[in-house]
Amino acid sequence: MEFVLACLVGAFFAAAIYLLLSRHTVRMLLGIAILGNAVNLLIFTGGRLTREVPPIIGSGLDTLTAGAANPLPQALILTAIVISFSFFAFLLVLTYRAFQELGTDDTDEMRLAEPKNDPLPPAGY
Amino acid sequence: MTLLCLFLPFIAAAFAPLATRHLQHNAAWLLALAPAFSFVYFAGSLPEIAAGEVVTGGYAWVPSLNLSFSWFIDGLSLTFALLITGIGTLIVLYAGGYMKGHPQQGRFFSFILLFMGAMLGLVLSDSFLMLFVYWELTSITSFLLIGFDHQREAARRSALQALVITGGGGLFLLAGLIFLWNITGVTQLSLLVHMGDALRASPFYLATLLLVLGGCFTKSAQFPFHAWLPNAMEAPTPVSAYLHSATMVKAGVYLLMRLNPALGQTAAWEILLPFFGGITLIVGTFLSLRQTDLKLMLAYTTMASLGLLVMLTGFDSEHSVAAAVLYLVAHSLFKGALFMVAGIIDHEAGTRDATKLGGLAKAMPITFAAALLAALSMGGLPLFFGFLAKEEIYYALAAGDLRSILFTLVAIIGNGLMFAIAFAVGLKPFIGKAVKTPKHAHEGPVLLWLGPAVLALLGLTGGILSGVAHRFISTPMATAVKGVPTEVTISTIPHLGIALALSVVTVAFGVVVYLLIDRARALMVRVLDAIGPGPDKAFDAILAGLVRLSVCVTRITQPGRMEVYVTATFIILAATLLVPPILYGELPAMPAMPSDVLMHEWAFFGLALIGILAVLTAKNRLTAIAALGIQGFAVAVIFLLFGAPDLSFTQFMVETLSVVILALVMTRLRLAPSDHRPMGQMLLDGAIAIACGTGFALMLMKSTQNAFNNSLTDFFNAYSKVIAHGANVVNVIIVDFRGTDTLGEIAVVMITGLAILALIRIRAGGPLKPADNDPDRTGGHAR
Repeated sequence: MEFVLACLVGAFFAAAIYLLLSRHTVRMLLGIAILGNAVNLLIFTGGRLTREVPPIIGSGLDTLTAGAANPLPQALILTAIVISFSFFAFLLVLTYRAFQELGTDDTDEMRLAEPKNDPLPPAGY
Repeated sequence: MTLLCLFLPFIAAAFAPLATRHLQHNAAWLLALAPAFSFVYFAGSLPEIAAGEVVTGGYAWVPSLNLSFSWFIDGLSLTFALLITGIGTLIVLYAGGYMKGHPQQGRFFSFILLFMGAMLGLVLSDSFLMLFVYWELTSITSFLLIGFDHQREAARRSALQALVITGGGGLFLLAGLIFLWNITGVTQLSLLVHMGDALRASPFYLATLLLVLGGCFTKSAQFPFHAWLPNAMEAPTPVSAYLHSATMVKAGVYLLMRLNPALGQTAAWEILLPFFGGITLIVGTFLSLRQTDLKLMLAYTTMASLGLLVMLTGFDSEHSVAAAVLYLVAHSLFKGALFMVAGIIDHEAGTRDATKLGGLAKAMPITFAAALLAALSMGGLPLFFGFLAKEEIYYALAAGDLRSILFTLVAIIGNGLMFAIAFAVGLKPFIGKAVKTPKHAHEGPVLLWLGPAVLALLGLTGGILSGVAHRFISTPMATAVKGVPTEVTISTIPHLGIALALSVVTVAFGVVVYLLIDRARALMVRVLDAIGPGPDKAFDAILAGLVRLSVCVTRITQPGRMEVYVTATFIILAATLLVPPILYGELPAMPAMPSDVLMHEWAFFGLALIGILAVLTAKNRLTAIAALGIQGFAVAVIFLLFGAPDLSFTQFMVETLSVVILALVMTRLRLAPSDHRPMGQMLLDGAIAIACGTGFALMLMKSTQNAFNNSLTDFFNAYSKVIAHGANVVNVIIVDFRGTDTLGEIAVVMITGLAILALIRIRAGGPLKPADNDPDRTGGHAR
């Protein structure tokens, strides 16, 4: 079971990284979105898998019944989903504004800070 | 009290600018009180030290590392302390006259006093760390002082050169001190000097010695690290007189003398020191011959004198240490005086070019007297302290074996040439026909002539009262350097013998050179032109090469292309994930084809895969965005299937929002439809991506094959109902057990929201212009 999900996680990571290696900011943005899912699935699988029983304590009980899902990774992922969404939203707006200002989504052409053929610092003392 | 004296110069430095603002150049009288006070205090401990005692004190600093702030006064450090504070007092007064009316005079006083504090700390330090800190502090203050006139490029270059050479040498010294610490286990010089046997037996002895010599030779301007010293003459003359003749450049010699009992008496010590010292002596005197600038003539003889001191320190004969000690004191007195004289001539006559000066004796009688007395001491004529030193040098060197004869010859040539230079500086400008100088020459004010006069007279009285000088200065210092009680007895009454004979030869040689100095100078110019560029040019070349190298490295590592950075990052990531498991055999076991996966689970895994494949292969952006939604929803379903409904709902909402916003924003931009990477690029990126993906998958497999540590889960399970009174364990963890975490998360969301708002609200005022990094061009500011 974990083996199959590990392969799926690998595929998610591969896809995310392939997109991040692009020069176009929009593709990188898609990569970031997939990367978030890849990491969440990684944590989820790392906490071991159980089917269908959510980690909710039944009425009248003090602890979870055996076979309930592991609550800890879920709590971590819940936080992670929200954070990665914020991150994604910020990058989205940044990409949008960068395109508006610079007229390109190609990172190679965003050369405001490091122009091509930047002159050397002056020699001497 | 010693602590107060250690810090007094620093305190005075802090007040110097203020005092100068109110008192102008007369602040010198006030500021000189600080070193004068220290001088009197140190002079008060002379009888105690002469009786063979040592003064120690200090505070523990990091006791666990055996580090302390501690000082240690014996004959060697006391002599240095007296020279530093005594000459320092005179220099502060001299600077008052020399820099009179300079707009930055307060800053100058401040720097000089800072240096004084650093140098005093250096010679009084007992712990290694303190020694090193003060050592570097003298380099830094020297940098500030050489570059004092920072509007001239030559001054800037000289300052940088001095800092690079002496500061770089300081790093060698640091390494050497750490070696010493590791070999002996002590961090205090006073303990180290008793551990010579252990050091000499250590296999790391040679490495330690070379590192320490690296520090000492750069500081004391030994060939081939001497280039910075003549260049340091760019500094105002009080600095040259104080730092670059009397004190700082002797720091290297000080350390060699200090470490003589610990590191000396080995073949390496007795070969390296006299060899480099001898070469420096010869090179220095020959180079000084070609100069016409009074300060440069003196600077090169200073270099030569330092070479002589190093040579004597390492020579190890019965009289060599005594000779080094006497010469060190004599040199500080006469060279300090001569530098100040050169400064007075420059100040009052408007030039210090030896060929354009003459007949100043009538106009500047006091300066002339001081200069002549100092020159007589430097020339080593009877009655003067310099004579004692020179006699002792010949006693130390003269013997029948080949080595002694060789070094005696070196000393005769060196001393003879220094004799000639002494009178070329101290006598020649004052006698002969009066030459018209740029300024009408006249005697300087008392602030100017006081220093050289006192130092020159000391050189005479020290020689006449040699008994007293030996008792309080030379003998305790020689004892400290040698590590065993050593009596210095030489007197100024000439005794017939080999030393006197050699002195006569030296003086005769010196007189001949003095009379023929113009011809000697012309000869030297021709010889040096034939030799070609020296270490000074090499320094420029090395520095320029360093700049070119760093440009190259920067161009490679920071080409300004995002894809290069990202590619490098992920290659490293793939290597980190894959290489260690393969190297250490930690790959996961290959599992059998899983049989426990249900049909609908396969379906959603497949859906997720289809989603990401569609994102990768989408021909236009809208398709890609829709496909992004597919994989996101598939993940949400997977969460639901494996008992995480909370995650699932959140994921559904977030994915919906992402897709909607993405679609809204991206359709408003006119973008090229898809990504065109060339085939080769696609293969490379694909390979990196697949390697990373494989690495993550393997890591996850390996970790799920190991036993799971339940302790945290058990903790939350056991207490979420009982203590936190919540049935949904995930919610309890988020709002209760990890509530602060969640607060942080909310803060992140809020800050992101604000940042997004800011980004959207800032309206561009036109296209962005490239940043203007040229400070000389004003007006071209980046927006």
